[in-house]
Amino acid sequence: MDIAYILLLLLAPFAGFLFNVFFGKKLGHNGAGYLATFAVFVSFLVTHFYFVQINQTAQPVTVKLFDWIQLGKFSIDFGIVLDQLSLLWLMFVTGIGSLIHLYSVSYMHDDENRHKFFAYLNLFIFFMVTLVTGSNLLVMFIGWEGVGLCSYLLIGFWYKNQDYNDAAKKAFIMNRIGDLGFLIGIFLLGHLFGTLDYAALKSAIMSGAEVDHTMLALAALALFIGACGKSAQIPLYTWLPDAMAGPTPVSALIHAATMVTAGIFMITRLNFLFGISSADMQTVNMVIAIVGAFTALVAATIGLVQNDIKKVLAYSTVSQLGLMFLALGLGAYEVAVFHVITHAFFKACLFLGSGSVIHAMHGEQDMRNMGGLKKWMSVTYITFLISSLAISGIPPFSGFFSKDEILMTAFHENKALWVIASLASIMTAFYMFRLLYLTFFKEFRGTDEQKHHLHESPALITFPLIVLAILATVGGLISLPGNSWLSHYLEPIIAYGGHSEHHLDATAYMLMGLAVVGGLIGIGIAYAKYLKKGEVPPADAQMTGFHKLLYHKYYVDEVYDALFVKPINAISTFLRDTFESALSGLVFGLGKATNAIGDSGKMLHNGSIGRYLFAFTLGVVAIITYLFFNKIV
Amino acid sequence: MGNILNEIGIENYIFLSVILFSIGVFGVLYRRNAIIVFMSIEIMLNAVNLLFVAFSTYHQDAQGQVFVFFSMAVAAAEVAVGLAIVVSIFRNLGSIDLDNLKNLKG
Amino acid sequence: MSTVLLIFCILSAITLATAFLTIFTKQPIHSAIYLVLCFVSVAGHYLLFNAQFLAVVHIIVYSGAIMILFLFTVMLMNLNKEDEVHKPRVTRLAAGIIFILTSLVLLAVFIQTKPIVGPYDETGVDYQSIKVLGQVLLNEYMVPFEFASVLLLVAMIGAVLLSKREKTEKN
Repeated sequence: MDIAYILLLLLAPFAGFLFNVFFGKKLGHNGAGYLATFAVFVSFLVTHFYFVQINQTAQPVTVKLFDWIQLGKFSIDFGIVLDQLSLLWLMFVTGIGSLIHLYSVSYMHDDENRHKFFAYLNLFIFFMVTLVTGSNLLVMFIGWEGVGLCSYLLIGFWYKNQDYNDAAKKAFIMNRIGDLGFLIGIFLLGHLFGTLDYAALKSAIMSGAEVDHTMLALAALALFIGACGKSAQIPLYTWLPDAMAGPTPVSALIHAATMVTAGIFMITRLNFLFGISSADMQTVNMVIAIVGAFTALVAATIGLVQNDIKKVLAYSTVSQLGLMFLALGLGAYEVAVFHVITHAFFKACLFLGSGSVIHAMHGEQDMRNMGGLKKWMSVTYITFLISSLAISGIPPFSGFFSKDEILMTAFHENKALWVIASLASIMTAFYMFRLLYLTFFKEFRGTDEQKHHLHESPALITFPLIVLAILATVGGLISLPGNSWLSHYLEPIIAYGGHSEHHLDATAYMLMGLAVVGGLIGIGIAYAKYLKKGEVPPADAQMTGFHKLLYHKYYVDEVYDALFVKPINAISTFLRDTFESALSGLVFGLGKATNAIGDSGKMLHNGSIGRYLFAFTLGVVAIITYLFFNKIV
Repeated sequence: MGNILNEIGIENYIFLSVILFSIGVFGVLYRRNAIIVFMSIEIMLNAVNLLFVAFSTYHQDAQGQVFVFFSMAVAAAEVAVGLAIVVSIFRNLGSIDLDNLKNLKG
Repeated sequence: MSTVLLIFCILSAITLATAFLTIFTKQPIHSAIYLVLCFVSVAGHYLLFNAQFLAVVHIIVYSGAIMILFLFTVMLMNLNKEDEVHKPRVTRLAAGIIFILTSLVLLAVFIQTKPIVGPYDETGVDYQSIKVLGQVLLNEYMVPFEFASVLLLVAMIGAVLLSKREKTEKN
């Protein structure tokens, strides 16, 4: 029975994808969208069924679908495992996925390639489910690559714009770099343990098998590079802001809520590996924490001055992902997972809200041309406000609890990292409210024509917003400080007993207070600057100094361009112009020589039977001579 | 009845057959007339047949002679079809000169 | 020199001479007639081997059927000796060289393969009367025999088809 349900869970989005690819165009105006939504919703229902089940029994469901690879003693099954972690992930992947599908029905209603869009979205959900539920690293890798592909397809969905295509390619290539690390990690683990199955790996490591710990740490580092690529950490983060070229629902689903958390999922899944207490592994964990903290800070500083509404959110996503990695590096896996969940709620809500704004503004994304939208779009405004409060860490919204957990962990483990993370979260509060004030307050700064068209989005768009806003409000309840349902739920997953829950002592309350005050300071600065004084960010040309540096994202893209792209281009050009022409000269020369031989050979075949007979007779004589005299002599 | 080969010797037949066969080859190469070429081929076949019969006697076995029968049947069929082809070539081209037939040229 | 050897020499001389003449005569009709003589002399060789049945069949098939076909074709085309032009001198020279080469190679092959030392087998068993031939032909070689008949049928049909005038198709 399990197999049937699991196949339904896995294949419903895939069936939706196939159907939309081949027949989507014939399904009427919104048919493809509703079909895709239904397909994901089916997956959600199955997930929910199992989620309820595992809450009662606490027994993971493992199913082997088929033998996949058999190489001597090394075998890999195509297996599905539904345990606490994968079900938790599936819950918000399919749940938020359904909401965003529904939202897209309305958002994409006038795009001529709707059916393709929904086909890709379904395919994405399919691969994401594969990634999350796979029972070994190679199945996860399939999903990993698959979501990368879908991300590429969807970023470049409006393929007529060359910039968007470039953004898609950038995302794909950056991800490939990370994927290489991931693959190397997989190979190393396969080499060390002779298996890729999570359960087998876990028992092998937990039983203290004789393994080279340096190699193990190297494998962990390689896997972390893979996670860096997928989850947009330094130095592979630059693709994520550019990925905002895709339609907004894509940004919400793939580049905020689900796919980019795959790296965190992977590390949490392999916490039995990352949690080993060897010196080498501690270095790796330190690297993870530092990379996470710096990503959080750098992305937050860039986010301070961006004017594109989606770019701000993108850098905020990078920053939040950095915080999650900080938690992972400090060994607080359930805290990272908690933040993933709350972040999925409020960031999806923020993206969808920005999509609603963009929808109303007919594609305008620059905040300098917005303002005062509160008047026209009250639902969008309220949901946006709730999510902004959540991300800024104001109680009682969900973000407060998860972010506070991370900060508290950092405070206990490493004070320097705590300072960095706190700075990042203050900046988060600032730029989120800067975004809010510039968009929804003051006077409208766009053209009259735009003003004329302003309207609240239809119910299909506002409904997901409301649901997500509610979730962003109450999401924190799953892990209240001191009484965490989530920690309890994830206990079977965390190999090393998790990190000890913080006692609600004076330090904890003081830290909470500090975090809230920090958030309020950020909001206050934004309030003073953009609401009180009514400042509007200057036009691109007028920026100066540090502001300009930030606005141009520390010129990282330019640096990468000079460091990697240009030299590679130069080598390629060199190879093409000198090496390849020499090579092709050789190859074509061979061809020409053959041709010339053929031409002269053609003269022999002049069609004269007489000449053929001569050749034939001579040939027979030669054969006889060879056959007989060869033996005798 | 005595073996005839005791008086003549198999090698004489071999020489005869070889020379006859070579004459056939020579004729095929030497002449341009398709009919004469055909005749040369018949000479070659006869040379082989002669050798078959000679070795049939040498081995005191009937199989060689049976082979000659088949060879004759094939020769008859070959001549029938070949001459029909020659006739139709003559009808189409007005000549059976082999050097004028260059349609084999690719 | 025994009588048999003498007969063999005379027959061989006739065979070779007529074969040469077949090739060198300009007139196709004369060629055909020389060829008939050549075949008759080969039949004489068969008689020398005491293979009477084979000799008779040979004369019937070759001199009777095949040569009649040749003669008919020659007469049908009404070929004169002026029609044929000699091949170029080089070609004729090459043909001559190949003639010598073929003869030498084949002779060498036969001489080299197995030196023949007499006396020859004389089992005394009857092996070439019509009765024995018929038994061999219809027992051991039954299937090839049937195939030969099919081959002849197909050749007949093919010859008829090939020499039929194509006008009937166009109507």
